[in-house]
Amino acid sequence: MRRGARVVAVVLLVVACCAWGAGRLSAQSKAKAENVPLISFTSVPNFFKLPPDLYFGEGIGIATNSKGHVFVYTRSGDTRLFEFDEKGNYLKEWGVGLYGLEFAHGVRVDREDNVWVVDEGTNMVIKFNPDGRVAMVLGRRPEPVAGAFDSTMPAAPAEKYRFGRPTDVTWDAQGNIFVSDGYVNSRVVKYDKNGRFVKSVGIRGSQPSQLNTPHSITSDEQGNIYVGDRGNARVQVFDNDLTLRAIYDNVGNPWAVCVSPGPHQYLFVSNSNPDSNPAASWAITGEIYKMELDGTIVGKFGKAGKGLGEFSTVHAIDCRNANELYVVEISAWRAQKILLNPQQPPQSVAR
Amino acid sequence: MKKLLRVCATAGVIAASAAALSAQLSVPELLFDSNPDLLKFPADIHMGEAAGVATNSQGDIFLYTRTGNPHIVIGTSRAVSHGGSRLFQFDRTGKFVREIGGGTYGMLQAQQVRVDPQDNVWIVDQMSTQVIKFDANGRVQMILSRKPEAMRVPALPLTPLPTGIPIVQAAPPAPPAPTAGAAPAANAPLPGAGAEGESFQRPTDVAWDAGGNIYVADGYGNARIAKYEPSGKYIKSWGSRGTAPGQFNIVHGIAVDAQGNVYAADEGNRRVQVFDANGTFKKQFLNVGTPTALCITPGPRQFLYVAHSGDPDGMEDAAIYKVDLDGKIVGKFGRAGKLPKEFGLVNSIDCRSENELLIGELSNWRVQKLTLRAAR
Repeated sequence: MRRGARVVAVVLLVVACCAWGAGRLSAQSKAKAENVPLISFTSVPNFFKLPPDLYFGEGIGIATNSKGHVFVYTRSGDTRLFEFDEKGNYLKEWGVGLYGLEFAHGVRVDREDNVWVVDEGTNMVIKFNPDGRVAMVLGRRPEPVAGAFDSTMPAAPAEKYRFGRPTDVTWDAQGNIFVSDGYVNSRVVKYDKNGRFVKSVGIRGSQPSQLNTPHSITSDEQGNIYVGDRGNARVQVFDNDLTLRAIYDNVGNPWAVCVSPGPHQYLFVSNSNPDSNPAASWAITGEIYKMELDGTIVGKFGKAGKGLGEFSTVHAIDCRNANELYVVEISAWRAQKILLNPQQPPQSVAR
Repeated sequence: MKKLLRVCATAGVIAASAAALSAQLSVPELLFDSNPDLLKFPADIHMGEAAGVATNSQGDIFLYTRTGNPHIVIGTSRAVSHGGSRLFQFDRTGKFVREIGGGTYGMLQAQQVRVDPQDNVWIVDQMSTQVIKFDANGRVQMILSRKPEAMRVPALPLTPLPTGIPIVQAAPPAPPAPTAGAAPAANAPLPGAGAEGESFQRPTDVAWDAGGNIYVADGYGNARIAKYEPSGKYIKSWGSRGTAPGQFNIVHGIAVDAQGNVYAADEGNRRVQVFDANGTFKKQFLNVGTPTALCITPGPRQFLYVAHSGDPDGMEDAAIYKVDLDGKIVGKFGRAGKLPKEFGLVNSIDCRSENELLIGELSNWRVQKLTLRAAR
């Protein structure tokens, strides 16, 4: 009897998982691009060296500063922000006990080495100066006295200075701030460098300039804004005034986007495998694309999996060096340093 | 064209109230400087929303801030709440001295800190609904009101104020137990009048008169001022929810002058009301915007500082008014924003020194020390 009950439970569990997984999988799609050259790469083993009493949880945000130090924003027991040096040695924790850190979603470093975190638990974007002190905050944590909020789909129109589970942040050369916002709101908001609202674009939908979970945001030297419109399986490119310029819809569902600096900039886009790895998802997801800014695909690398050099729901990419990337992964609770080998001739693959 | 419109609008206002207009136009801008970086924290301590800031007679600075993670615990019979606010002490130069009350039961959502004439430090916590008195050594001396045993989950709905600021609704009062055949009591308490005694509902501020009597602004959930003897024994309370004189729509701040008059920031009604020590309405000031914090200077000639926050984010409409005790505006200064000399939801003003203010801001997570310059 006991065994029978267990079998029933397992069957129910499988049914539930399949139903749920199928639903999730439908939101994830095989990239349309075909005959994409493969870029060879390696993953540096054991790059990040944590003290014995610290652990990564879900790898949510990763970014480097001008010295090559690496910041990892992770959902550990609590959400925490760790700094490592350029060799992967642990340096320190940032924002201990901070009012705005509750449920990590993004970390980015701006041109002046200020470190910005985006927290979808507190609905806040927080700017730390290079010394690790808070320099500016955007958004406002709901007051605790209000109790627990239902953060499912929105109702009210987005407000200028309040976020609905924001996801990511980027800047232009003038220091204007662009926030992708987010799971509840469906917009990109532009603020000036002092945090004053300039404008926003987007409502929930699938038309051009509409968004369905803008999950990641980055910018190029010209101030164009690249938005990983994950639910719509496309990258939307806006000019600095948030007017739509282009749509790249051939690289799957962009969980993470990043533009490398320098005279020749590249766009990296991760078609990450869905979290919880629904059956068959590994066959069609998990790869990262390297693209020209105009959308031309240079190549791709990686595949879904749990091993070193495989990707397990990449949630963010750092590409300050276009040939030495950092990625963080949700399902593997880790970050990897990835070395691309562009000198090797690309080989084409049939899939 | 824009100018013409402004002239037309101005003409309309003149038609509506010439007296008010002349008063408004004559408000001088006061010159001031800001030090937004006075308080120095240890590496692992950060302030969050600066709900309360106050000084004692030595110039020591006390900050009651919403920081850390307020949390409720799962796996218990009810949603038990913990943490979320901390009280810090700094010396007059801004050097960190110590934390007070770390881990105590009632520090959930900081609302205010004030220091009485004997240098006792009083904090007001909106979520625990408590007023807690620490002595100068940082030990608990008195508690007013009691923390609710459990947190309400899910949240209460938000209701916008007339100013657009969303607030949490008060928990609806439990319906009275039906008594067979009984008519409704003729003297049923008015909405917001609260229960006699200490049952605060999201209190906001505390003040004392020269005799040491305690006045509590109460607050969001109730709409009243409660008065206690220095021993903490209840004397009386006054006020209910409404717009008439003596009624409140979020009494958000309170201060007492040397004569024992009580000044209440009636935020939702956009006015400061003045009462005598027995709660008799004396007058109201309607020229100070949406008052979110107030403070009365010491000394032979006292002034009232009133923080105005006209939008819910502190980004569009803010200022601090300096007012004499008759309600005449001496001047105003500052504007909304995130830069130094700009204000993001000022929740607290310390004016122990008339020309050196400390202000605590909610949306900017910041304390600014403001120095008013001498008039030219």
